[in-house]
Amino acid sequence: MSEAPAAPHTVSADPLPGKDIGLLLRPPRPRAGWRLLPARVDAMCAVELQKLRHDRTELYTRAVQPALWLLIFGQTFTRIKAIPTDGIPYIDYLAPGIIAQSAMFIAIFYGIQIIWERDAGILNKLLVTPTPRAALITGKAFAAGVKSLIQAVVVVVIAAVLGVALTWNPLKLLGVAAAVILGSAFFSCLSMTIAGIVLSRDRLMGFGQAITMPLFFGSNALYPVSVMPGWLQAVSLANPLSYQVDALRGLLLGTHAHLAADFGVLFVAAAAGIAAASSLLGRLAR
Amino acid sequence: MTANVEGPAEAVSCAQLSYSFGATNAVDGLDLSVVEGETFGLLGPNGAGKTTAIRCITTLLPVPAGTVRVFGHDAAGEQMAVRRMLGYVPQQLSADAGLTGRENVALFARVFDVPRRERAERVGQALAAVDLEDAADRLASTYSGGMVRRLELAQALVSAPRLLILDEPTIGLDPIARTGVWDHINAVRAATGMTVLVTTHYMDEADQYCDRVGLMHRGRIRALGTPAELRRGLGERRRAEGTAASGALPTLEDVFRDVAGSGLDDKSGDFRDVRSTRRTAHRVG
Repeated sequence: MSEAPAAPHTVSADPLPGKDIGLLLRPPRPRAGWRLLPARVDAMCAVELQKLRHDRTELYTRAVQPALWLLIFGQTFTRIKAIPTDGIPYIDYLAPGIIAQSAMFIAIFYGIQIIWERDAGILNKLLVTPTPRAALITGKAFAAGVKSLIQAVVVVVIAAVLGVALTWNPLKLLGVAAAVILGSAFFSCLSMTIAGIVLSRDRLMGFGQAITMPLFFGSNALYPVSVMPGWLQAVSLANPLSYQVDALRGLLLGTHAHLAADFGVLFVAAAAGIAAASSLLGRLAR
Repeated sequence: MTANVEGPAEAVSCAQLSYSFGATNAVDGLDLSVVEGETFGLLGPNGAGKTTAIRCITTLLPVPAGTVRVFGHDAAGEQMAVRRMLGYVPQQLSADAGLTGRENVALFARVFDVPRRERAERVGQALAAVDLEDAADRLASTYSGGMVRRLELAQALVSAPRLLILDEPTIGLDPIARTGVWDHINAVRAATGMTVLVTTHYMDEADQYCDRVGLMHRGRIRALGTPAELRRGLGERRRAEGTAASGALPTLEDVFRDVAGSGLDDKSGDFRDVRSTRRTAHRVG
């Protein structure tokens, strides 16, 4: 693909008196191909963080649910001791599951934002920039990941306050961040894929509501896979949330986990999600 | 470059461009040539195919190879090269209300690969060019409709486009804001020498601000020329036919009624167009 020549424009008299617009006469040099993707991811994440800085309401309201899960469900089931957790207190066992769940809830409704951007003309404008569709979706997926990561930090703090014995090993915490971001990238792409199919906010809301609970209950977030009936074990095996929870539990609590398999599944799921959402993005641009 | 050597380059060329949504031929054999440096107005009622044509030129809709070229680059095979030369302002007021004016412009500096060291300065210059320096650090949700349009102009300008495409830039704005938007478009164009392609259904604006206009109806251009040429042409023909209204020179709107014939009244405006117009009006308040 050849790029546009960076020819300077001709300038006539002084229609903008007293203003220096010298830079607006020179098109920026295109970035080399391999640097394009990280640059777009960076741009989308920056926008997400700027928005969160201007309006933190969502951060607070979204902290309520995970706090209640840990405080009420976690503390009660810790006393009941009904769920086999290999000797660790149930609230500790639950905390990584709630981190994954609250991150997923953010990501699974991320497609609403892309439909809103479509309706507002923002998406079309972004699609007329030198940003391949897959790069735009990857950027959005990681932006959702950043949003989820901030949410995860909030839940970790709540869990620590409730006395959950979490690791503070920085390397393991980096692994936790990676698992949260990869999982959110997958679930936000799932959401954007559905957005590309249903094309309306209301229908996407319906789909989001319909799949979040099955994904949550069909995973190892609340109870180990071993206590599930056989058919649910099969569901859990195909559910990326289970792999995310397994990784989080292993890293945060030091339980036995299958980290290589977990990260492998999360990575492949995210890549597949990006491919699916990118291929349907054209429907939203139409 | 494949552009011809003699005369000014062709900024946009469409050759027998067609695009249909299902059974509706939104664009139906459009031939269009925009010359470098001019302000070209694509005119027509809702549903004439203007927005669809714009979407084909901006690479938003897939087109067959060779039908659409922007400064010689094929919109089908060289999408990235085409996009790097475009500044696009869509019909809706499309600034992100959750960001400040400056952040809105900075996003487009980033996605057009403006290096970090000159980003802040370039964004500042774009905001200054549209007189938004003072409001730059306020959230765009606090802007008036005219200010949002100027902000979108700054977003488009930050990448120094050779071709600025505006889809109904003054729709839903009050008369003073409309004049303000046009004044800024003209000042920026004079300062940068960029080509401007604009769609509108306000005939008075086209008459006043466009170098050349193409009157579009049912997916094709039905009359083409400078506004004065088109008005003079109709005036002369009416005199020859003896149907000239006493003394009054025809307006661009008369020219349009003449080329479009009687089919203007009920067929214009499909649902999609009405919906986005209403949405824009709603957002402007």
